[in-house]
Amino acid sequence: MEIGLIVLAIMLATLLGWLLKQSFNTTPWVADAVDESAYQAPFNARPKLVALATFLAVATSFFALILSAYALRMELGDWIPMTEPQLLWANTAVLVFASVAFQWTRNHAVGGNAARIRPGLVLAGVLTTAFLVGQYIAWLQLYAAGQTLTANPSNAFFYLLTAVHGLHILGGMYVWVRATVRAYGGRDPDTVKQSIELCTIYWHFLLFVWLILFGFMLST
Amino acid sequence: MGYVAIADRDHDIEHHDPDTFITKYIWSQDHKVIAIQYGITAIFVGVIALILSAMMRLQLGFPDTFSFITPENYYQFVTMHGMIMVIYLLTALFLGGFGNYLIPLMCGSRDMVFPYMNMLSFWVYLLSVIILLASFFVPGGSTGAGWTLYPPQAIMQGTPGTDWGIILMLASLGVFIIAFTMGGLNYVTTVLQARCRGMTLMRMPLSVWGIFIATVLGLLAFPALLVSAIMMLLDKTLMTSFFMPAISSFGQDPGYTGGSPILFQHLFWFFGHPEVYIVALPAFGIVSDLLSTHARKNIFGYRMMVWAIIAIGGLSFIVWAHHMYVSGMNPYFGFFFATTTLIIAVPTALKVYNWVLTLWEGNIHLRVPMLFAIGFIFTFIHGGLTGLFLGNVTIDLPLSDTYFVVAHFHMVMGVSPVLVVFGAIYHWWPKITGKMYNETLGKWHFWMTFLGTYAIYLPMHYLGFQGVPRRYFAMGNTDFMPASAQDLNAWITLSALFVAFTQILFFINVFWSLKSGKKADPNPWDATTLEWQTPDTPPKHGNWGHDLPECHRWAYDYSVPGYPDDFIPQNVPPEDAPAGRQHGVPEH
Repeated sequence: MEIGLIVLAIMLATLLGWLLKQSFNTTPWVADAVDESAYQAPFNARPKLVALATFLAVATSFFALILSAYALRMELGDWIPMTEPQLLWANTAVLVFASVAFQWTRNHAVGGNAARIRPGLVLAGVLTTAFLVGQYIAWLQLYAAGQTLTANPSNAFFYLLTAVHGLHILGGMYVWVRATVRAYGGRDPDTVKQSIELCTIYWHFLLFVWLILFGFMLST
Repeated sequence: MGYVAIADRDHDIEHHDPDTFITKYIWSQDHKVIAIQYGITAIFVGVIALILSAMMRLQLGFPDTFSFITPENYYQFVTMHGMIMVIYLLTALFLGGFGNYLIPLMCGSRDMVFPYMNMLSFWVYLLSVIILLASFFVPGGSTGAGWTLYPPQAIMQGTPGTDWGIILMLASLGVFIIAFTMGGLNYVTTVLQARCRGMTLMRMPLSVWGIFIATVLGLLAFPALLVSAIMMLLDKTLMTSFFMPAISSFGQDPGYTGGSPILFQHLFWFFGHPEVYIVALPAFGIVSDLLSTHARKNIFGYRMMVWAIIAIGGLSFIVWAHHMYVSGMNPYFGFFFATTTLIIAVPTALKVYNWVLTLWEGNIHLRVPMLFAIGFIFTFIHGGLTGLFLGNVTIDLPLSDTYFVVAHFHMVMGVSPVLVVFGAIYHWWPKITGKMYNETLGKWHFWMTFLGTYAIYLPMHYLGFQGVPRRYFAMGNTDFMPASAQDLNAWITLSALFVAFTQILFFINVFWSLKSGKKADPNPWDATTLEWQTPDTPPKHGNWGHDLPECHRWAYDYSVPGYPDDFIPQNVPPEDAPAGRQHGVPEH
């Protein structure tokens, strides 16, 4: 449980520290005129960004706890380390490119270069789909080699981790589909831009998670 | 002091005025309607859980009397009672119900930041409830694994409901967590992003603080339950061995290899302990506001109260293994978890002292919400004190499987939060419905419930010291128990039935009030918080009419010297009223 605990401790400490900082040196009981110039919205006042950040914290907790379980389960006698298929390296590269494609699209969207948005979105979507297909092929290869879900607990964790990671990507693809439809439907560029920015953060996060998961599985 | 407020940026928040009955009351995106939907659903399943507990008590009080209660039924009742009460009633009611209703109104915003996702949250929650209730009707019935669902017995033959009941239970929990996450993202984002002008974090009423921190705990802790539910579902359906050890069942090998049931316990309690505070923190917050309002005094030590909530939230993540002392652990771990557990008593006791000090020399109005709030202080102190016993490894080991534990957790996280739920419903009822309730009926409801719960749970502590084991369907040949233990059990059952029937008073009051209650004043308690300052009662869609409120002061300007009224609402500018208490010097 150490992994889950450490990750959660860092997240909680960040939030609670921020809250404490907000609350020190305040005199709540003093009434005050509202001073127009004193407004400062937290996090640049972007609710969707805050919601995404909060969701990333939830997802971090989720993945960290599975890894905790992995680490705990690994110590038991019946664990046989699994040999990860070589295809995963290619998949990882594809996911890196997907992330890069999103970043590229985002930079153009922020820079006001609308012409690059559509091809960028399509490229990112294709690469991500390729990653998901690649992961599925890796499953098929493993199955063909007799490395089924129940063959060994390490296999079970492999299938579980890849599945939940893939599901998170599918969730992101829903937003990607909406952004792409909007981009092609000629919707207001600001909405599209915001979706792209959020997607980019989410994709980077899922790439980061995948690198941790992959590294963890490789090293055990 | 930096102001952090942006709710006046209306374009950030989508609003569609609902026009048809369906969009107004069924597929509603209005936080107030969603809150009521959450509340009704939660109370509905709560009543089912109450009936289940009455059935359990019938068996315990009068064994061999009721042929329709079989041992299998009994375990199913125990399991479903616990799970429904903790998750589908209390979590849903405090966060989905009160969180939804109070956060936007108390923070001075028009609605949750994501109304559509908020609506979805309720409907997904309803789906989880339907899945849960469906498990009563599937072959084999609902699961009887106990609310903790410990493997291996939760999915092994011999436990009731291992065919479909356990699958539906785990699926329902998964769906509930999705619903909670959607709601939780809304609550957190709304508190951080949609407060009105001048509503700094340190001017938020403690109700909002409690709900906010509880939501953060929920968002970080529920994934642990989700992980364990998914893994157990795989163990059950696809024969993986995450939790299932190599085991033989009825002389056969079901095919599991060497999984770890202890791993499940770690994951479950990593969620399970913060869950206690997910339920308790909103109750702490709400009770603070009720006490302050009805005692006409500012809450004692507001900042300390906030920091205590934050500290309890943080500590709640590092105490989970105190639920696992009897599972066996390294003595150093036991020492560590006993220490952290006892440390939680510090911020908690601080809150209790501050509640009592808030009452000190207050102008106490013993209205119904206040009675429930004061009742909560009693039951919470009792439940908390027995927690100090159980937090110690050496005391927990002999007591863990006895009724002492049942009494402890029912006092601390059953009775106490439920008293707050009732107090809060009575307190905000005039705002929610625009009608007053019957005060006398409410007082009867309080006294019978409050005294009744003591009649139930005080003897239960004694049974625990006698060594009467919990979870047993029947006691059998147990010579160490005096015969009088059975008499006490019968007494407890009668008291429990009494309290259960007493709740009918509440429902009578609800229906009477809706039908012929007096029209409520917009601010019947002379409260300071923003939800009482809305232009309409009950508030209309969008809450504030044309202009959003501006917040100029904290929520606790009661009995400020030099002001004609004994309260100053949060939206009264300082030029119209004194600037509250200066520099922390109390007025007495």
